[in-house]
Amino acid sequence: MLKSIFIIFLFQLIGETIQKYFDLTVPGPVIGLILLLTTLIALKGTKSIYIKNTKEEISSTSNYITSYLSLLFVPIGVGVVMHLSYLEKNYIPVLAVIFISTTLTIGFTALLMEKINNHLKKNVRKK
Amino acid sequence: MLEKSKLYTIWVYLQAEPLFWLTLTIGAYLVGDYLYKKSKLNPLVNPVAISILLVSGILVATEISYERYFNGAKFIHFMLGPATVALAIPIYKQINLIKKESVSIFVSLILGSLFAIFTTYYFAKWFHLDIEIIYSMMPRSVTAPIAMGISELIGGVPSLTAIITVLTGIIGASFGTFALDLLRVKDMTARGFAFGLASHGIGTARAMSRNETAGIFAALALGLSGIATSIIIPLLFKLINF
Repeated sequence: MLKSIFIIFLFQLIGETIQKYFDLTVPGPVIGLILLLTTLIALKGTKSIYIKNTKEEISSTSNYITSYLSLLFVPIGVGVVMHLSYLEKNYIPVLAVIFISTTLTIGFTALLMEKINNHLKKNVRKK
Repeated sequence: MLEKSKLYTIWVYLQAEPLFWLTLTIGAYLVGDYLYKKSKLNPLVNPVAISILLVSGILVATEISYERYFNGAKFIHFMLGPATVALAIPIYKQINLIKKESVSIFVSLILGSLFAIFTTYYFAKWFHLDIEIIYSMMPRSVTAPIAMGISELIGGVPSLTAIITVLTGIIGASFGTFALDLLRVKDMTARGFAFGLASHGIGTARAMSRNETAGIFAALALGLSGIATSIIIPLLFKLINF
């Protein structure tokens, strides 16, 4: 457990350093995610039992953390509720825009992706 | 009388310490999660929204400032970073499926991100919102730290963007399922991807609680759309005079 936490923290630390150094808009944790993913892919064919065990360990820690992903949004979400007055008189149109645009985007993106997937599957079958 | 003043002293001590706020946050979340499971994962019974309302209600009732609360609850907030890094593992496990769908992932990523940005811009214009608010809204579908960075870059107000972004997450997680059921989208990879793209982490958490494949594609979209949007919006501002 401790080793996997160390590795996850380390990748975030490297990500944060890269973000600050190159002044990127992509946040450090996302850079850390990309680096960890690249490392895992690079180590895919490894025969070392030590690396395999470490991978197992990271995997179970990751399962544990991501299963409580919702909880991690509570502190920042409370801030949103407490600062809703920032929106002043605009909160109804702002909420309306968020509602319309978000549901439309979810519908559009999912429908588009499903259509492309189905189309590609059909082409594979034809071959 | 003496007892009461003693309790008050204890309360003064406790509310200055993280322990109380951490216990409250986790407790509120457990209540939210219990109700969510009890409702058979009804999207409107969103566990994040319930816990936020519970904690906010207590803060308002006890007249505790948000800053004091956050000072205690920031340890939970801190875990968002490591949790984001940890999303590399589920993505890695599905790498073969992701490779197989790489074409649809790429096209949906670009068109979906553009769709989110332009519908936000034009609907906000239609409602006659101030240009500063419109700029603050444009990056709202990506995770808060990215959205705030973009907002600052294009002349929005980052703190306003943070509020709008979290609201987007909650609204997407609560109503996205209805949109997808209405359109009869069955493909779990597409459903998950749309959630992560349009409503970042909170949408991803919702997708993960429903279906493993959907959750993984949501996490993938969360990362990819964050990167894509931070490139697309500054580029659009160079090309178009908004």
